[in-house]
Amino acid sequence: MAEQYEPGLVFWVLSIVILVSGLMVVSLKNIFHCAMFLILCLSGVAGIFILLSAEFLAAAQVLIYVGAVAVLMVFAIMLTSNLASRRIVMTNQKAGAAVLACVIFAVGIYFLIKTATEARIWDRASEALPADNVLVIGKLLMTQFMLPFEVVSVILLAAMIGAIVLARKEAA
Amino acid sequence: MQSYLVLAGVLFAIGLFGVITRRNTIGILMSLELMFNAANINLVTFNKFVPNDGLTGQMFAIFIVVVAAAEATIGLAIVLLVYRNWRGIETDNYSIMKW
Repeated sequence: MAEQYEPGLVFWVLSIVILVSGLMVVSLKNIFHCAMFLILCLSGVAGIFILLSAEFLAAAQVLIYVGAVAVLMVFAIMLTSNLASRRIVMTNQKAGAAVLACVIFAVGIYFLIKTATEARIWDRASEALPADNVLVIGKLLMTQFMLPFEVVSVILLAAMIGAIVLARKEAA
Repeated sequence: MQSYLVLAGVLFAIGLFGVITRRNTIGILMSLELMFNAANINLVTFNKFVPNDGLTGQMFAIFIVVVAAAEATIGLAIVLLVYRNWRGIETDNYSIMKW
């Protein structure tokens, strides 16, 4: 079990891809390029999911994020920002405060991980995850997670109706 | 295990930075997606490495993905609406909800 804890080369490549493209997403001037890097970043996260033996989640990530959300973003960018004009200032002047907030957050996370490492909550050998990911998830969705499943479908319906109502030309 | 957690933490920090510094509403939404993904990485990591009963963490992550999709839809619809009314989607253009 111990060798599983040591991430391999694939993990490092994926993390570098994720972090660099994530930095690009928050720092580039052209919002369209940001969307492209967002797609790259989300694909990298899907790869991480595969490494963590969450194959179904990786597929869902590719379908929903890379497929739907990113296309939605690109559509919104096309519909709103006039890409031709370069005069748009993309960031506000709060970079210092933002860096401070991120550093505070990172320090907090560091101590959290340190504490958890000392508590050794993950040193017990975990039982192997079910091999047939999709089958188990489907069964869980229909039994233990029945109520959240239904609630989330209502949320999606509400979001769909809400988006249509909001984006409609004028109230009839 | 710790490497995954550090990756998720750094990704979340990047998203946080983006949310604070972006003036463009779509940029803020994209940074939000980064933060959602960091949270998902965390959930799936704990699901794999901490003994539990089955796939609870992954289920949680799946629900987060769905809710994030709904959030992106609504957010972008609001962005379109704002653009139609204000001719721009920079956050300091519409301070109408601030008092």
